[in-house]
Amino acid sequence: MGADVDALQERFDQLIEADDRIEPRDWMPAEYRKTLVRQIAQHAHSEVIGMQPEGNWLTRAPSLRRKAILTAKVQDEAGHGLYLYGAAETLGTPREELLDRLHTGRQKYSSIFNYPTLTWADVGAIGWLVDGAAIMNQVPLCRCSYGPYARAMIRICKEESFHQRQGFQIMLTLAEGTPDQKAMAQDALDRWWWPSIMMFGPPDTESVHGDQNMRWGIKRFGNDELRQKFIDATVPQADLLGLTIPDPDLYYDQETERYVHGTIDWGHFWDVVKGNGPCNSERMATRVGAHEGGTWVREAATAYAEKQAQRAEEAAA
Amino acid sequence: MSSKADWPLWEVFVRAKRGVSHVHAGTVHAPDAELALQNARDLFTRRSEGVSLWVVKSNDITASDPDDSEALFEPAGDKSFRHPTDFELPDEVANM
Repeated sequence: MGADVDALQERFDQLIEADDRIEPRDWMPAEYRKTLVRQIAQHAHSEVIGMQPEGNWLTRAPSLRRKAILTAKVQDEAGHGLYLYGAAETLGTPREELLDRLHTGRQKYSSIFNYPTLTWADVGAIGWLVDGAAIMNQVPLCRCSYGPYARAMIRICKEESFHQRQGFQIMLTLAEGTPDQKAMAQDALDRWWWPSIMMFGPPDTESVHGDQNMRWGIKRFGNDELRQKFIDATVPQADLLGLTIPDPDLYYDQETERYVHGTIDWGHFWDVVKGNGPCNSERMATRVGAHEGGTWVREAATAYAEKQAQRAEEAAA
Repeated sequence: MSSKADWPLWEVFVRAKRGVSHVHAGTVHAPDAELALQNARDLFTRRSEGVSLWVVKSNDITASDPDDSEALFEPAGDKSFRHPTDFELPDEVANM
């Protein structure tokens, strides 16, 4: 038995070493499977919870076109959640178990969705900053060593690009509008900037799973490097909008040709992760309520399917 | 844990356009084939990715065992003569 596991481990290591993909029925170390289920599920939960802050503005979008766009975007988030739950299920954890882990708080979703969307400009800021940061995180995942996750990420990244552009365009329209509209855009940037750059997670020096995930090809870049790439890409976009990044210590280092940001308040970050953000309990209550409220629909559809199957069987007999 | 509110898993195959085969796209949950098709349509063809869909219950798929890969696929490895490039021809034979 020991020799068998050694051979399987060796085969797994060879595939990882060759930057090849691991597929669902392949042998894999228990810890690799567990790490992936956790990461993919938490990613799926984030997409699903992520529908709520934007859904808040669906009925109040400023035009029919904006409303159609936002509806499509929220629908995409649901789709991303479903692609990801599907990928997690290939690792042997059923959908109901994954949802249960979210609903009972055993697994987290991204803390960014625990902030409220106070104005229409927040919808723009979310697309521009939150989806922009998500893209920065997600593009490397298209090369993740686990095949189904990588394939789901390819579909997701294609769709995220629309999300970021629509958000930037909302910001641009507001920034070019009346002084009040521009102030609204600035206010949204002020509130979303810091939470957005926290989305990349704690500094690499404090990251728990970083090294092993790098070796397994689940993670390709460190948190700090991705955060830096996001800041370097985003600050010039804020300049273009004529808006100010709410970081008085931010400056451009001519030597490294990179932006240097001020101190991030990680105490605040961990506080929100632990459940003390402005919307944590509201988000969970809405999610659990939607799931429980839909139980009778799922049961009725199952009963209908059973009845139809029975009738077909009787007709054939 | 499992109840009537938990729907079975279906594999979804999408034909991107006429002239090409259906290709596996992912999975959906649905109580029956009809709703599996509806869900697949909503999930995998929101941007004109397909002109035809297949759904099949995941449990109905029989897959080869990765442990059998050697026995199944390696015998083809030393039969390069099955490929036309295995045969060297004189330059004078322009097209064959």
